[in-house]
Amino acid sequence: MDGEKKPGTQEEEPLLGRVSRRSFLSQLGVAGVVATTRPLAAAAQQMPAETAQDTPGPGIAGAVPVSLKVNGKQMTVQVDPRTTLLDCLRESLQLTGTKKGCDHGQCGACTVHVNGRRVNSCLSFAVMHEGDEITTIEGIGQPGNLHPMQAAFVDQDGYQCGYCTSGQIMSAVALLKEPCGPADADVKELMSGNICRCGAYPNIVAAIQQVRQRA
Amino acid sequence: METFKYSRAQDVSQAVQAGAQSATSQQGAQVRFVAGGTTLLDLMKLNVERPAQVVDINRLPLDKVEKLPDGRLKIGALVRNSDLARDSAVQSDYAVLSQALLSGASAQLRNMATTGGNLLQRTRCMYFRSTETACNKREPGSGCSAIEGENRTLAILGTSSSCIATNPSDMNVALTALEATIHIQGTKGEREVAIQDFFLLPGNTPHRETVMEPGDLITFVTLPAPRPGTKSVYLKLRDRASYEFALSSAAVVAEVADGKFRRVRIAMGGVGTKPWRSLEAEKALEGKKVDPAVFREAAHAALRDAKPQSQNGFKVELAKRCLTHALTLATQSA
Repeated sequence: MDGEKKPGTQEEEPLLGRVSRRSFLSQLGVAGVVATTRPLAAAAQQMPAETAQDTPGPGIAGAVPVSLKVNGKQMTVQVDPRTTLLDCLRESLQLTGTKKGCDHGQCGACTVHVNGRRVNSCLSFAVMHEGDEITTIEGIGQPGNLHPMQAAFVDQDGYQCGYCTSGQIMSAVALLKEPCGPADADVKELMSGNICRCGAYPNIVAAIQQVRQRA
Repeated sequence: METFKYSRAQDVSQAVQAGAQSATSQQGAQVRFVAGGTTLLDLMKLNVERPAQVVDINRLPLDKVEKLPDGRLKIGALVRNSDLARDSAVQSDYAVLSQALLSGASAQLRNMATTGGNLLQRTRCMYFRSTETACNKREPGSGCSAIEGENRTLAILGTSSSCIATNPSDMNVALTALEATIHIQGTKGEREVAIQDFFLLPGNTPHRETVMEPGDLITFVTLPAPRPGTKSVYLKLRDRASYEFALSSAAVVAEVADGKFRRVRIAMGGVGTKPWRSLEAEKALEGKKVDPAVFREAAHAALRDAKPQSQNGFKVELAKRCLTHALTLATQSA
């Protein structure tokens, strides 16, 4: 895969012995239901296709280059100017931990940090972020090495379906550095930009308070 | 979203020159400046805004809050809502502005939205936001779907038979009560516009919302020097406790001496087609005793010309109570 690695794209996890939920689902999309009956190792051989998909190349009309520092790694991609930061992260850089909910800045599922501040990545064009430092959920912790906020969400069961969770956690991590009163009500006010359709709010607040109290 | 040409302005004059290529700076502008992007991207995704060119002004040096030698506060157009709300001078001398900013949107959006952009925030009227329906603001001459449609959240002051859309900003209400001045760089140089003159009533041209002309770029907002003994409050009433637009809001800037209102400025949000300065309420208060009966009289005066629609009659009483309560808060420990 090294030879095929595009500048600025994430390296995929090793394919054999570790198949992520996403790569597995993606494979289903490529090969169809038949793939479910085949050994995973065989299915995984087709995986490199995923990194090549949806990455606009220099040949795309009107594409412009943008350099971002994403989770500590310098990356340069060619994007259509219409590409939002959210779509750039998900489609061009395959960082799919950041979710698209409403795509209009109303739900908070797309929350990431830009230069250390939380923003709605759906309401920003990627090209506006030349030179900016972007942190996504993939950048704050990994399985086996969770950020304290991720661990607290697990402890407190701060989710049900999980779709809003990465946005909730990115918002909550940013909140730790913002002026915020001690009460649950203060946390609720500052987390109001993150909607949880399952209604896990009490547990989300408990998770955030757990981290703040232990800090 | 339609395709557009993206460019990054290196300085203010470059931005002005680019903007001047547009036939209008109002609805339907061919050239748009982008700062926070929170309104523009939203409307571009809905095809309500379809600029051919987007000029990124985020790198311009307009991101400072400065105290001027004469005591005024100078706020750069690119100062983010969250930074302005937490600025120490704003918190101590212009509390109403800090409170208004913090009552608006979400923490994420406040980190993005700018002072200049918020002055130009567009209405949340659902018919303006949907290209499927008639809207005189979006498509002049097409009619107003709201007057006989869903109008519960829309305006009761400053409306016309063409448009009843509400100005959604909280910041603008506070800036109106503070008598802010908008500094604009245009093709003919720099000019200053009092906020009271910046916003236009819809009349029969609701697509024209402000005095902004092609090439105009808001560079700064200045606030008058704080007056000693002044207390200010922003009160916002809405359907949810947080992250919701105002059904009614009130900004009160009051100077009280010897139990009487010496000088008071009143603006209301959620009820007007523009941030609503109430000279009527001010007149009913100035020189009068700080007293609940006086508050109610002022609130009554502020809403005397209200024209409710089929679903928003409740706003008349709500706005009165909102202003009365804000006056109570502003005079509590004075």
